[in-house]
Amino acid sequence: MKTSEEIYNLLKEKFNNKIIELTSAASVEPFIVVDPLIIHEVCFYLRDDNDLQFNSLMNLSGVDNANGEKKPEVDGSITISGGTLSVVYHLESTELKHKVILKVFTPRENPEVQSVSDVWRCADWHEREAYDLIGINFLNHPDLRRILMPYDWEAGHPLRKDYKNPEFYHGMKVPY
Amino acid sequence: MGFLDKQFSDDNIVITTAEDLFNWARLSSLWQVSFGLACCAIEMMATSASHYDFDRFGVIPRPSPRQSDVIIVSGTVTLKMALRIKRLYEQMPDPKYVISMGSCSNCGGPYWEHGYHVLKGVDRVIPVDVYVPGCPPRPEALLEGLMKLQEKIRNESVVKKSA
Repeated sequence: MKTSEEIYNLLKEKFNNKIIELTSAASVEPFIVVDPLIIHEVCFYLRDDNDLQFNSLMNLSGVDNANGEKKPEVDGSITISGGTLSVVYHLESTELKHKVILKVFTPRENPEVQSVSDVWRCADWHEREAYDLIGINFLNHPDLRRILMPYDWEAGHPLRKDYKNPEFYHGMKVPY
Repeated sequence: MGFLDKQFSDDNIVITTAEDLFNWARLSSLWQVSFGLACCAIEMMATSASHYDFDRFGVIPRPSPRQSDVIIVSGTVTLKMALRIKRLYEQMPDPKYVISMGSCSNCGGPYWEHGYHVLKGVDRVIPVDVYVPGCPPRPEALLEGLMKLQEKIRNESVVKKSA
């Protein structure tokens, strides 16, 4: 069983500057920030290393950090430019009974993160959801399609903070 | 129902109008499309089960819209589902009826403002005969809705379209 700090030190040793930081505050669980273009390799290591054995991906979620420049529009909505989107990985080892949280940050304009769907098979649909609702592109994903919204949804990704719902979808009025 | 109740001394004769006979037949065997959308469907299944016994009103679920008379829209109608519901409705033979069950399918329910994926009322895609309020409605409420529909059918006319 290892703490987040020990895991961070192990990762830092192996991947050095690609592991960005360990954030631990009293109010939240500690998390490790990783470069989005090395996350696949890091996850393989976390799963296969004998001292780590993270055999379970408990959750993979996308987040819109909404930390870019916010511009108010005349209709009361906002548009956001710049800033980041992020993906959060909650891992658990059912063998060694320890957990760790990883985060990657990726630019909002070109959000690209390596897919981990060949590390844990369950990541496949989680990543499709993050793509569908937040709009994060997972590189090397086997089947990156929308999973919840209709395939022909053209209005963008609904959980972005500056998302605007369309007036009509296939002739049906969408607003109340 | 009029004459249909009154029997003559000879047991085998009943006098009625064709209209009353059709209406009586229609309202007494409303076969429903066997489908459900959300938590309302659980209440609908409870209504079908032995305690509330939908079957005593002649309502039994049919696995095909081609054999159904009524569609109970029981739950949240997402935009993705709305197109399928419209197709199911169009596959049903006339005469066909629609019961909108629960707040979601009546008007969008809790998703009315921020539900980017929810159709704000199934009456935007198919015509609704009876709205059953509730979130979800109890089986008694659905039975009440069904009896309202039966009342409506009872007053239908072959030559005059009812409102």
